[in-house]
Amino acid sequence: MSTLLRFATAGSVDDGKSTLVGRLLHDAKAILADQFAQIESASRARGFGGDAGGFDFALLTDGLRAEREQGITIDVAYRYFATDRRSFILADCPGHVQYTRNMVTGATTADVVVVLVDARKGVLEQTRRHLAVVRLLRVPHVVVAVNKIDLLGYDPEPFARVAEEVAAVADELGLDGVHVVPVSALAGDNVVERSPRTPWYAGPALLELLETLPSAEELAASAEDGGEPFRLDVQLVLRPQGALAPELAAVPGAEAEYRDYRAFAGRITSGTVRTGDLVEVLPAGILTTVVGIDTADGPLAEARAPRSVALRLADEVDAARGAVIAAADASPAPVRELEAELFQLDARPLVAGARVLVKAGTATVPALVAEITGRRDLDTLRTAPADRLETNDIGRAVIRLGAALPIEEYEASRGAGGFLVIHQQDGATLAAGTRSTG
Amino acid sequence: MTVSTPSPRLAPAPRASSRFEVLDQLEAEAIHIIREVVAEFERPVLLFSGGKDSVLVLHLARKAFWPGRVPFPVLHVDTGHNFPEVLAFRDETVARLGIRLEVARVQDYLDDGRLQERADGTRNPLQTQPLLDAIAAGRHDAVFGGARRDEDKARAKERILSLRDEFGQWDPRNQRPELWSLYNGRHTPGQHVRAFPISNWTELDVWRYLERERIELPPLYFAHEREVFRRDGMWRAVGEHSLPRPDESVERRTVRYRTVGDMSCTGAVESVAADLAAVTAEVAASTLTERGATRADDRISEAAMEDRKKDGYF
Repeated sequence: MSTLLRFATAGSVDDGKSTLVGRLLHDAKAILADQFAQIESASRARGFGGDAGGFDFALLTDGLRAEREQGITIDVAYRYFATDRRSFILADCPGHVQYTRNMVTGATTADVVVVLVDARKGVLEQTRRHLAVVRLLRVPHVVVAVNKIDLLGYDPEPFARVAEEVAAVADELGLDGVHVVPVSALAGDNVVERSPRTPWYAGPALLELLETLPSAEELAASAEDGGEPFRLDVQLVLRPQGALAPELAAVPGAEAEYRDYRAFAGRITSGTVRTGDLVEVLPAGILTTVVGIDTADGPLAEARAPRSVALRLADEVDAARGAVIAAADASPAPVRELEAELFQLDARPLVAGARVLVKAGTATVPALVAEITGRRDLDTLRTAPADRLETNDIGRAVIRLGAALPIEEYEASRGAGGFLVIHQQDGATLAAGTRSTG
Repeated sequence: MTVSTPSPRLAPAPRASSRFEVLDQLEAEAIHIIREVVAEFERPVLLFSGGKDSVLVLHLARKAFWPGRVPFPVLHVDTGHNFPEVLAFRDETVARLGIRLEVARVQDYLDDGRLQERADGTRNPLQTQPLLDAIAAGRHDAVFGGARRDEDKARAKERILSLRDEFGQWDPRNQRPELWSLYNGRHTPGQHVRAFPISNWTELDVWRYLERERIELPPLYFAHEREVFRRDGMWRAVGEHSLPRPDESVERRTVRYRTVGDMSCTGAVESVAADLAAVTAEVAASTLTERGATRADDRISEAAMEDRKKDGYF
């Protein structure tokens, strides 16, 4: 049975992203006959490919009527396919400036981001912006697909130039492990199989990379230092007295056995937990021991992220939704004030003094944007003074919380260092935030 | 206080493998979503038709709250054209699990004139109004559904938590960004949220998981002999609400269903797959999507699903 990889695609308008995704799905045999027939007839109806007819791969992912009519992608489309080695969840993110928020959405959960670049145009402002987002959100891997090499006669020179530009930007941003692949989405070169038309490129095809790059989950599992410390954000407390599952209630003695049952349910955010481990319950700061790791499939001796479990603790602990159970020797300190990177997503600008809600883990608290300390220039990632953040801006701010929360540095924990900034009244997600003390 | 190790389990047998496979990932994610919604909303409900996807969500909910019972009721929008075997399965399931069943009946709306029968006879699009009324009547602020993104191009764009206004309308151009695994379910009075815990599952994932967990399904999903006739390239069951026209000849064939919806628009496929393992193998080898193979309503136009969703459909 295979493993799972989540990846996102990003690029500027007209870089051929939808075509690349369609090509990937088609060549990986992930398009079924009825989908193919539907797209073939829609392509013909739109006159795609002239009299000879053609197959407009973009129609595969452009799911909304407005997108098909305008030939653009409005919203993240999720696609699913599998090879013998892996199952893939693909978030196809639009490239328009005004939809950068969707790129942020895709990047927060991605193991890999594939950024498309038109070989003829090289690295554009959008490309830099996307690479900056990838860096700031700590996506484990980046693949830059240099597309449309067929239009340049498979000439190695332009590709080499783009690869150099990419390396320079990656260097400036502090982005490691960037893979650059020359492709033609339209002709299929180096998408699924290595192309004979690029003998000057010795690296893997795009799909080969996607099949072999380790996912965040695999990286954590194989980390030599044991990876991030254990942390679980409590979603709710399971206390089934009087309402046992019927199949359990039928078992003699079960009612008595579960009378005092109390377990903290949540999905492990990071690390590994074992029965007998000493843990700290935050924000109360109580030390206790894990006596049971329960699942509906029976108890476990050990569990690691991102499994959903229910923990039983040795001591009676006053904890509810929003509490955090963490390894006692590496528990995060709850903070009332934090410095953060903010990705402004809402159309309304965010200004100092704004009263908002912050949702981190399973806790939601009132918060105040105490100060906007700057806005990032996405060409250089350098910060310039600013007093407000407009849509698609990335900036720095100081945020004061109505209650102390154990938010961690995002550099240390992608799972416990991110939070949402929410409008108090209408509930809109205004910004994505990552704690980063600068 | 220490509690002794619970002995009874929900699943038939623990698995030896410690590897965290695709199905384990999907299960962990779905349980997390279900717990989030129950923790943050007042009156959740699960849309339950007895179809495999809603059966799966119910199974995941049982796992999420084990050893407690599922803490919300289920709601079925009955088109009046449902397969009797599926209704029997629905009733048996809620009785066994001690869950309350709410039923919204399209027939009631037809009887008193609030809705009219469509010319093509299909009742799927008629479900929206009874659904919205039932959500309002039950004051449900969150509605779980078994929709998957691999089913349809419009569904591929929907968030896991999808905000709906009081008309149940989906606004695809104004969706909340969904970041990390932080789901923002805040809403104003009148709004509700549709929650899709198995958004990221494919049809094959569903079957593999149903097989792994030995989950019971209505018998329609497995090969059986049935009186059928050919229409729109599909085998349609002969039933009270699904009668052949004079030019359509009735035959006896061994078939099964890949989806179980309204009898008037759901087709069967020829198959000899008689158990979960055989069905899973068959789905893995299929060259057609489940909707393409069996749903007449989704063949109407490129945007059939998008249009129904915008109007409040699932």
